[in-house]
Amino acid sequence: MNINATLLGELIAFVVFVIFCMKFVWPPIMAAIEARQATIADGLAASDRAAKDLELAQEKATNQLKEAKVQAASIVDAAKKHEAKIVEEAAGKAQAEKEKILASGHAEIETERNRAKEELRQQVALLAVAGAEKILERSIDAATHSDILDKLVAEL
Amino acid sequence: MSAAAATQATLTSQEYIKHHLTNLTVGEGFWTWHLDTLGWSVFLGFVFLAIFRSVAKKATTGVPGKLQCAVELVVEFVGDSVKSTFHGTNPLIAPLALTVFVWVLLMNAMDWVPVDFLPWIISTVGGIEMSHVYMKPVPTTDPNMTFALALGVFILTIYYSIKVKGVGGFIKELTTQPFGHWSLYPVNFILEMVTLLARPLSLALRLFGNLYAGELIFLLIATIGLFQLPVHFLWAAFHLLIIPLQAFIFMMLTIVYLSLAHEDH
Repeated sequence: MNINATLLGELIAFVVFVIFCMKFVWPPIMAAIEARQATIADGLAASDRAAKDLELAQEKATNQLKEAKVQAASIVDAAKKHEAKIVEEAAGKAQAEKEKILASGHAEIETERNRAKEELRQQVALLAVAGAEKILERSIDAATHSDILDKLVAEL
Repeated sequence: MSAAAATQATLTSQEYIKHHLTNLTVGEGFWTWHLDTLGWSVFLGFVFLAIFRSVAKKATTGVPGKLQCAVELVVEFVGDSVKSTFHGTNPLIAPLALTVFVWVLLMNAMDWVPVDFLPWIISTVGGIEMSHVYMKPVPTTDPNMTFALALGVFILTIYYSIKVKGVGGFIKELTTQPFGHWSLYPVNFILEMVTLLARPLSLALRLFGNLYAGELIFLLIATIGLFQLPVHFLWAAFHLLIIPLQAFIFMMLTIVYLSLAHEDH
């Protein structure tokens, strides 16, 4: 083993290499590695978040769909009820109209009949008077026999 | 392998091994420079920094390319090792661990280059005879290399010990444990100094010893003739384990020693 000046030369080379490595090699490589690790970690976190978001969105969509179905059912129900009500109302109105028309018809018929009756009665009274005149062959003083006439009319 | 045969024709196997374990040197005495160790280690350091720097410059936070993936794999591996051991916020530890790991790994990996391959190229291209070519291309089989690394770590350990605990705190740590009584403080100091100094020594010698022994076996295998091919393959396959393991151990111990320096009792 002969230790000589080579040791000094190697020591200097060692120091220079270490300093160069410390200044120009290690920091940029480590920075690149760490930046990439951060990027990958971010990406993984983002994908996790996206998966969670997707799950939430699906749940929300399912819920909305359910709600929409319930709403649609209630709307259909309400529409059916409304329809039934309209039909009922229309039927009621028609009934009322029918009754009104019937009532007015009856009333008209009644008045017509009453008028005809009255007329008939008067004519019967006249006929009776004329018949009585013929029977008695004399005129009947209307004024004198009005009581009989009135009685007759009332009987008719 | 014909080159090895040619070398063996003129050298005994002992001389052959000794030749391959000799560095290419300039200078005398202490001021001897191992040109092969220096050259290969600096070259491999540049390879490491060039690849990692090119990725760092183009680093995208989006979908990474294949090279970026590979580099990030290494960086994250080192970063996780640092995080599991060192619980502070020192911006030096992780880049230091990365440099140590990749650099040592690349230098150890030179063990896979067949022992005569580089000398043969130099001999062929340069027209120099094999026996005059000295080339030891695995820098971590040179104690100068491993001690330089361990010394760098040791200096940082002392620096952070003093920075975090203060001079008084550091001296207190060296003298007041493991025995609590004041009369035993000198004994404590001796024990703690042994512990402190054993760390860089064991760190450097472990790496050097493992790789030197591996290289030696490669050289021994290269001397046995044609049968070296399957044996060499087995030994190289075994180094699939040794090479990264030694780099990893060196890195982990670097982190552990520095985190010990940051711990305030």
